Amino acid sequence: MDAVYFIVQQTMYFAIPLLIVALGGMFSERSGVVNIALEGIMTIGAFSSIFFINQLQGVMRGQSLLLLAILVAGLSGIIFSLLHAYASINMKADQVISGTALNMFAPAFAIFTARMFQGVQQITFINTFYIKKVPFLGDIPVIGRLFFQNAYITTYIGFLILVISAMVLYKTRFGLRLRSCGEHPQAADSVGINVYRIRYAGVMISGMLGGIGGLVFVVPTSTNFNATVAGYGFLALAVLIFGQWKPVRILYAAFFFGLMKTISASYSGIPFLSGLGISSSIYKMIPYIATLIVLAFTSRKSQAPRAAGIPYDKGMR
Amino acid sequence: MKSLITKVFHNDKTHVGLLSSLFAIFIGLLFGFIVLLFSNPSQALGGFGSILLGAVTRGSRGIGNVLYFATPIMLTGLSVGFAFKTGLFNIGASGQFIFGAYAAVYVGLVFPNLGSIHWLVALLAAFLAGAFWAIIPGLLKAYANVNEVISSIMMNYIGMYLVNFLVATNPRIFDPNKNQSFTVPKNAQIPNMGLDKLFPRSSINGGFIIAIIFVIVIYIILNKTTFGFELRAVGLNRDASKYAGINEKRNIVLSMAIAGALAGVSGGIVYLAASGRHIEVVDVLAAEGFAGISVALLGLSNPIGILFSALFIAYITVGGFYLQLYDFVPEIIDIIIAVIIYFSAFSLIIQTILKKFRRKVKGGTT
Repeated sequence: MDAVYFIVQQTMYFAIPLLIVALGGMFSERSGVVNIALEGIMTIGAFSSIFFINQLQGVMRGQSLLLLAILVAGLSGIIFSLLHAYASINMKADQVISGTALNMFAPAFAIFTARMFQGVQQITFINTFYIKKVPFLGDIPVIGRLFFQNAYITTYIGFLILVISAMVLYKTRFGLRLRSCGEHPQAADSVGINVYRIRYAGVMISGMLGGIGGLVFVVPTSTNFNATVAGYGFLALAVLIFGQWKPVRILYAAFFFGLMKTISASYSGIPFLSGLGISSSIYKMIPYIATLIVLAFTSRKSQAPRAAGIPYDKGMR
Repeated sequence: MKSLITKVFHNDKTHVGLLSSLFAIFIGLLFGFIVLLFSNPSQALGGFGSILLGAVTRGSRGIGNVLYFATPIMLTGLSVGFAFKTGLFNIGASGQFIFGAYAAVYVGLVFPNLGSIHWLVALLAAFLAGAFWAIIPGLLKAYANVNEVISSIMMNYIGMYLVNFLVATNPRIFDPNKNQSFTVPKNAQIPNMGLDKLFPRSSINGGFIIAIIFVIVIYIILNKTTFGFELRAVGLNRDASKYAGINEKRNIVLSMAIAGALAGVSGGIVYLAASGRHIEVVDVLAAEGFAGISVALLGLSNPIGILFSALFIAYITVGGFYLQLYDFVPEIIDIIIAVIIYFSAFSLIIQTILKKFRRKVKGGTT
């Protein structure tokens, strides 16, 4: 039973960043802008917020520092995503090219700036955010040990983001307009919706959530940031497509993938698996192979937002 | 001067795509210079000079190294560019590259000595291995509608871990003291084909000539054969091609196979060289795959354009090595390349602006 608690707690660390970033990608693509720059946005978000923590950890600590860092991450993500927004919406550029350029720019920028300020490219931080047990909630028999021990506040923020995202997308006027811009922007334009502004909002939201996702990725799993998020931005894209651009299904997809990754990373802690003697490289492949297999079976009816990736041109029919 | 500008910008013959690429390069280099200035003003001019001229100032050795570094990214650039032309984004070039590299090293180290054609067989193995690695996302796209970007990214990681596993568990390939593969025997190394006489003391070998041959072959396939025409048609409009009777499913798979083969050969050439590169067992995706994306985008997916953009990127990369003499971080080169790619995405709007410009000057329709 201990193994199950351990697995669930670890899965949170891997699944929540995927969830947050994939939700960001959802807002962008649902508004009509393909955003493969999620990897770069995560890198920039992680870099700026970890650097922030690194600089302020002498003065502040604990959850308040983390919350401020989340703000920094979100803000830097928004600013970075504006580059993609400008290229895709104003310049009507190929959105894949713009995204790829930002993905290349981010780690180079992170390494360059880190070395400029502190001489080395790796930014370390002291982890004062670990929650051993949430008072009251952590004492509940089964659920307490699953969700409220060995946790980070970022897990709960992730779930909050999920709930808010689902509500915004489906229960608000803004969400409806956003969705219409991704399916048929000409129709949206004809009723007076400013497609450009909505798409900017979509990309900026993806920037904010992508940046936060970068921070959430680094904090629970290590004590330093080395200018990479290990392909998580692309995995979030897979989760997005896997989740068919819908919030709840993205949740399932993120947890499926997080579980796979947890098993591959922590198999040595699970007695049954470590006894099998399979090489660690094979385990590391499992999440990706599993994703391929699931995608092979579920993509037949896959329907992306119809206008995603096509720059909006008022003159077109 | 004005008449020269008029001639270049207003001449219909000057290809608009080329101009927009040149514009992107100019902006990228300018941005790089500004960053250099910002981070270390006193050294900035020297540093920038190093980027622009570093390779040339070292004479034939520098040029030889430029050609050496251009070779793998020219081939992965062809891989990505060929896929682009056929409507596919081959972001999986990294995985195809390393899988091809493994196949080449395997033939080099594990096969019995095949004499003077050993290297050719190894390269052929790399070619087929790369094709195989790319066929999987191709099949998934053609028959199961799986987005090739996601499946290729998955294949990148699977390839990386698989090759790490295969290398580390084969005592004939794995050198445990250095955590990498052994050097392949002499017969399996790419022969120099006389290039070492032209560019002494550089790392160059015949791989560069092989890359040029592939550029020509791909150019001919894409532009001079019916097969290439069909591939491009499927890339431009899958449904219309199907209506015209082209078997688009088969063509998607074939396109990916060719793209993968090119990336695989790139991997083979890099690791069959005598210059001392070995497959390291680390969890790092092959950078040549992603550099290929830059090369293809800058070269506008045109084989000749890819040739020149590979040379350009190799050129500033070699110049960037010497940046360390000026107390700069070589990542500035990656930043410059990223900015160039970003602005090359603006080519559509630049072409529109240029066309409007020309129409105004001519006073009629273009």
